[in-house]
Amino acid sequence: MSEVKYLTEFYHLNEFQGLDGYKKNGGYKELEKAFKMKPEEIIDVVKKSGLRGRGGAGFSTGMKWGFLPKNNEPRYLLCNADEGEPGTFKDRMMMEKAPHQLIEGMIISAYAINSKKSYIYIRGEYDYPIACVRKALEEAYSAGLLGKNILGSGFDHDMDVYVGAGAYICGEETGMISSLEGLKGQPKLKPPFPAVQGYLRKPTIVNNVETLAAVKYIIRDGADGFKKYGTEKSTGTKLFSLSGNVMKPGNFEVPLGYPLKDLIFDLGGGMKPGRKLKAVIPGGSSAPVLTADEAMRATMDYENLASLGTMLGSGAVIVIDDSQCMVDMLGTLTHFYHHESCGQCTPCREGTGWLDKIVHSILEGRGRLQDIDLLIKVADNMKGRTICALSDAAALPVLSFVSKFREEFEFFVREGRSQVKGTQYAQMHH
Amino acid sequence: MFQLSSEGLVEVKKELARYETKESAIIPSLFIAQKENKGWVSKEVVNYLSNVMDIPESKINEVFKFYTMFNQKPVGKYHVQVCATISCALVGARELSTHICNELKTHHGEVTEDGRFTVSRVECLGSCGTAPMMQVNDRYYENLTNESAMNILRGLK
Repeated sequence: MSEVKYLTEFYHLNEFQGLDGYKKNGGYKELEKAFKMKPEEIIDVVKKSGLRGRGGAGFSTGMKWGFLPKNNEPRYLLCNADEGEPGTFKDRMMMEKAPHQLIEGMIISAYAINSKKSYIYIRGEYDYPIACVRKALEEAYSAGLLGKNILGSGFDHDMDVYVGAGAYICGEETGMISSLEGLKGQPKLKPPFPAVQGYLRKPTIVNNVETLAAVKYIIRDGADGFKKYGTEKSTGTKLFSLSGNVMKPGNFEVPLGYPLKDLIFDLGGGMKPGRKLKAVIPGGSSAPVLTADEAMRATMDYENLASLGTMLGSGAVIVIDDSQCMVDMLGTLTHFYHHESCGQCTPCREGTGWLDKIVHSILEGRGRLQDIDLLIKVADNMKGRTICALSDAAALPVLSFVSKFREEFEFFVREGRSQVKGTQYAQMHH
Repeated sequence: MFQLSSEGLVEVKKELARYETKESAIIPSLFIAQKENKGWVSKEVVNYLSNVMDIPESKINEVFKFYTMFNQKPVGKYHVQVCATISCALVGARELSTHICNELKTHHGEVTEDGRFTVSRVECLGSCGTAPMMQVNDRYYENLTNESAMNILRGLK
């Protein structure tokens, strides 16, 4: 099965980046169409389309919008472009290739939820995507697509970019709100959910780049047109970021429900000569790892991956071949989560540190057999006890790596060296 | 004593008026000041911003120490950040950063003797499909080999 270029149809055209080229290829047509609809009608069609948040949680976008209070309080739209989930690089491509697609989707969404102000929160390292979006915003303002009385609709909307400064946790929606407010990017307790009390305690909708861009196509094709792709409960297409040990890494747009095997072996060109598939992380580093056998029967939709005990997450597929040591790879992940824990909740702050210490003591040849069970015990104690999901995200890879590749961990402890790599692992770590 | 250039000061004033609350200007102002202070944020920078922005130093400190893009100590003219998170690690990013350190005769996180380079290993930069990669100051260099990375670094003025 090949790709379905639904959102990415014109990404091969350089001109699609600028306003003129974007308009030539259908750009801002759906904005005009949306202005002829009532805001409630837009929320309704988005609900019916079955669109689910593309950033990681997979929550119904229409339902999220429906949580806004029915009053005239000012409300904000916040685009989550903090893409930080290891393995994910699709939002970056979208902002580089089609910044106006995002802006159009955002104006339509803002009109639907009656928001007069929106921010695109982009991670600070994304220097080029930031420049692309800023330039597109200037073009949109000059063309009367932003500001007062957009296209004579009577709807006013201002949009700005906010540049993050390097913190994974700001991809969590309440962490992002804290960051935008000029604070440390620490998540806030929910409830109240951002839709009720978000940025500056005002109702706020936070949606991912891909989610907001998809809104344009729901307006174009209607709920049924959008649902033409995907499965009953996982509707539409999705961008998957494929990385790691494959011949052709990259972003691929396919219908949800696409076989993971085809993504790796067909679109991704398969393994390097002589190498075998060992494991796959199917939804960004926080998603539990799949063994090669499990990966070969998985399909890329929310339900199938959940039935395999993992998740679709951000759509980042990380492929691991048989030359890799799973203890070593888990070490890169425990290091990541320890580095990125915001430090607010004890189970996460302390737990991520202990997980990293224990895995590294094994990597340095100082592991004891009981450390393997200790890893499981610590990880279990980090689940469901904190303000946000980072603690769970740190625990899940540990639990899945250790339970599915226990033999490798035991070998490492017993022999003091990697079953796969011999002794050359230690200097790899910090 | 640290002081912003007149252009930098104008930019900070603009940021102060740009958002709903002035605290939102702390991150953008720290970026402006860091750029003018050879790539890092010193105590003097925080003190200066606190005065210009009329925001307590404690609030600025708390923000600047939370985010990794603000450097808490001096860095080389070129800050070479090699991503070492899982997708990059799978294709040899850690070997690459070690190679760069060896070639430049330095260690991770230190400034080279000539003041030109600091090599750091960092967490995911969203370049997983074009790994291994490095970010040199603001710019990404992707699909690197040991040789191409060194050619890029040696070619910098």
